[in-house]
Amino acid sequence: MTSAQLIAACLIVPATGAAGIALAGRWPNLREGVTLAAAALLFACVLGLLPTVLAGGVPQLFVLEMLPGIALGFRVEPLGMLFALVASGLWIVNSVYSIGYMRGNDELHQTRFYVCFALALAATMGIALSANLLTLFLFYEMLTLVTWPLVTHHGDAEARRGGRLYLGFLVGTSIALLLPAIIATWALAGTLEFTPGGILRGKASGPVIGGLLALYMFGIGKAALMPFHRWLPAAMVAPTPVSALLHAVAVVKAGVFAVVKVVIYVFGAETLAGVRAADWLPAVAGFTIVAASIVALRSDNLKRRLAYSTVSQLSYVVLAAALLTPLSVAGAVFHIAAHAVGKITLFFAAGAIYTAAHKTEVSQLDGIGRRMPWTMGAFTIGALSLIGIPPLAGFLSKWMMFQGAAQAGNGMALAVLALSTLLNAAYFLPIVYAAFWRAPHEGDAPHGEAPWPSVAALVVTAAATIALPFAAAVPLALARAVAG
Amino acid sequence: MIAEHLPALQVVVPLAAAPLIVLLRHPGIAWALAVAASVFAFGASVALALEVARTGVISYAMGNWPPPWGIEYRVDALSAFVLVLVSAIGALVAPYAWRSVAAELPRAQHYLFYAVYCLCLAGLLGMTITGDAFNLFVFMEIASLSMYVLIALGRDRRALLASYQYLVLGTIGATFYVIGVGLLYLATGTLNIADLAARLPQIGGTRPVLAALSFITVGVSLKLALFPLHLWLPNAYAYAPSAATALLAATATKVSVYVLLRFYFTVFGAALVVDALPVSEILIGLSIAAVVTASLVALWQANLKRLLAYSSVAQIGYITLGVGLATRDGLTAAVVHLFNHGITKGALFLLVGGIALRAGGVGFERLQGLARTMPLTCLGVTLAGLSLIGVPGTAGFISKWYLVLGALEAGHWWLAGLVVLTSLIAVAYVWRFVEAAYLSEPPAGKASAGEAPWSMLVVSWALVAACIWFGFDTSFTVGGAQRAALLMLGGAP
Repeated sequence: MTSAQLIAACLIVPATGAAGIALAGRWPNLREGVTLAAAALLFACVLGLLPTVLAGGVPQLFVLEMLPGIALGFRVEPLGMLFALVASGLWIVNSVYSIGYMRGNDELHQTRFYVCFALALAATMGIALSANLLTLFLFYEMLTLVTWPLVTHHGDAEARRGGRLYLGFLVGTSIALLLPAIIATWALAGTLEFTPGGILRGKASGPVIGGLLALYMFGIGKAALMPFHRWLPAAMVAPTPVSALLHAVAVVKAGVFAVVKVVIYVFGAETLAGVRAADWLPAVAGFTIVAASIVALRSDNLKRRLAYSTVSQLSYVVLAAALLTPLSVAGAVFHIAAHAVGKITLFFAAGAIYTAAHKTEVSQLDGIGRRMPWTMGAFTIGALSLIGIPPLAGFLSKWMMFQGAAQAGNGMALAVLALSTLLNAAYFLPIVYAAFWRAPHEGDAPHGEAPWPSVAALVVTAAATIALPFAAAVPLALARAVAG
Repeated sequence: MIAEHLPALQVVVPLAAAPLIVLLRHPGIAWALAVAASVFAFGASVALALEVARTGVISYAMGNWPPPWGIEYRVDALSAFVLVLVSAIGALVAPYAWRSVAAELPRAQHYLFYAVYCLCLAGLLGMTITGDAFNLFVFMEIASLSMYVLIALGRDRRALLASYQYLVLGTIGATFYVIGVGLLYLATGTLNIADLAARLPQIGGTRPVLAALSFITVGVSLKLALFPLHLWLPNAYAYAPSAATALLAATATKVSVYVLLRFYFTVFGAALVVDALPVSEILIGLSIAAVVTASLVALWQANLKRLLAYSSVAQIGYITLGVGLATRDGLTAAVVHLFNHGITKGALFLLVGGIALRAGGVGFERLQGLARTMPLTCLGVTLAGLSLIGVPGTAGFISKWYLVLGALEAGHWWLAGLVVLTSLIAVAYVWRFVEAAYLSEPPAGKASAGEAPWSMLVVSWALVAACIWFGFDTSFTVGGAQRAALLMLGGAP
């Protein structure tokens, strides 16, 4: 297949997969077979693009001209390649996990669940491979809309409330801030194509750049920069596989991916570095990192704690990108992959605990490590990686970020990174301690591990967390290619 | 031979179908004639649009009386575009009407509905195609009178009151229009639009011309339901038969916008209207008021049809906002939104007609859990609702794009902000439907009888598909709108 066909396949495979899942809805085994086949095929298609990109090629696909001068088009550069690899690879694992979780909890509307999931992956691929801001925006909005039924899956009052916050924040910021920013970019630059060096270079004055940057950074609500982060904890009402793949990987990474894209390919590092009006961004990202960590520390609900941890970790990427040094940008890109494998493991564990023991609060987890050793073992690995303990994946990205911050001479960034590492440890380690070293509560119903597909999935992602630094050549090559 | 007379046939065929229907009276024949006439009109308008794209302007002298003495039919980039919208909606609503009218009207009135439907279509097409200001008044009256009848046919008794309200306000509007045209005739001695356009600059902004402009502005604004002259619209849309609502919402106000554009930019000219008078400022101010208040009012409606009616008032505000900007991108936005909102609202009201038929009403209490029994209808409403919001990938997004671009390029960044912020209100009212249909339990014992009849579904979904199609392929809509905008600003024939 040519690379243009492969790009098309990356969108068509999950989309037709969704149709196939809907048709196979009456036969659950066949339906899940279709999901797994689509996931495997999608990953194969994305992998097919990798050699070209690693060799420095830029596969492209032009579909049609949506507006005079603005195409619906796709172009695979290293950053998008990495994001597509992470999302499509984890979809396979997540599908296996979903089978265990959804059946183990006797969830309703499973067909709708798998259909929306496949559509969400199609939208994610569209975002990852987009060639310009309009294409990115199209799939960005599509991703919000197709994940709304997943957030409101349970259909009760809480799900409805979560769905409203989700839609309100994501659609609200994207229409009210991001869309005007895109249109203003078009009016100023006359193009929306992602271009190395930035399309706004020399096209606007300092204050305009600063204003546009604010519209973009807050308009990309999926990056959960404070104060537009509330949708993420609200989205935790969804079944855990949704929180795991979408609200720890696909949706939120689409946000920080878009942030990095905009910083590098729309503004350009040089333009931003020369503009005083852009200096606020590291401060806001730093504030988000620390504040979200403190909220995580105070949350007893496990998924909520993980959600705030995600808010905090997303701002690592924003902060690192905003530092604008090659190393910090590479760190930002690598952290997209490192946080993905670590956080999905944690969510898988949270879901496995809920399935096996029906526990949702951190304070209920005393001694659970003895009953669910695999699950809590994987949880520990994911947590250590996110704290940044060598040699796990999270260490590598933090290392690059620290170096980047030092290069940039940004003391605030260094302090934030150090402080948040402590906070990460403070909100993760007590869970590990309680699970393994505290005695179980009196009167807890006996239980074992969750259904085997769920356990297998979380073991695989924990293994990936360990393996990623050793197999880091590909992601690091991609990250360096982005940073130039 | 026939191709040469297409401009006349475009209007004459539906006009002649009406008396024929009254003579024959049989509902089936009446319906078949209405479908045939409206499909013919659509074909004719497409042929005319292609011809205009090739040659520029078509001028047709009625009865071989050359203009400016005789009545001229004149098709240019702007009127060709509006003709296609009106006739396309006409050709889609007619087949849809079969089941809908059968369910909502007593059998004895069916022929009446189809006869008036054809008259209304002929009136709207005539208003668009004619190049004569007084002839336009005649067609305006034909369209309006038939609309009063269409609304009054609604089975709810409040339809009579709604029709009467519209009759009073519509008559005032038409009278104001004809007073304005009379003043223009006094000042110039001609009624031909092209001739008026040629003579007015020599006279300049004299008192009679300014009075004419004022009368025409107010008269046409009543017809197009510009805030605060929109009071007739919500009741008219809410109580008319479903098929009639779809036709009215998608075409009637749009043709009135066309008349406003024609008078502002062809007859009076941008130099007088935009540069010398504060028309832009007034239009922008009223449009903002329309968008904000009508959107907020829509949010609180207890009935889906009324909600969509108020949403129409708001969306008309977006169109007039584009007119008020009076720049190339602003006018492009106005014309493209005229089309995109036409198909979007058309799709929505057609689907709502299906809901009215199956659920026995469109109050929000009847929409609870509706997605279980009418999944296709609810999905259609959701998708068309996304177009109403302006989500990318739908026609509504294209309109919003040009509107924001127009506002930014005019330097009104606050206006761009207002446009996007008010879209968020649209998100809220569309999501009221989505939450009711998808996340609520159906009321016990009142389950609706299943999906709408397929003939209605197919037509509705054709328009839903158009909402998506024109969100991606914009060569017809944006291309046509840009040509029309260029024409209005005097850049092309």
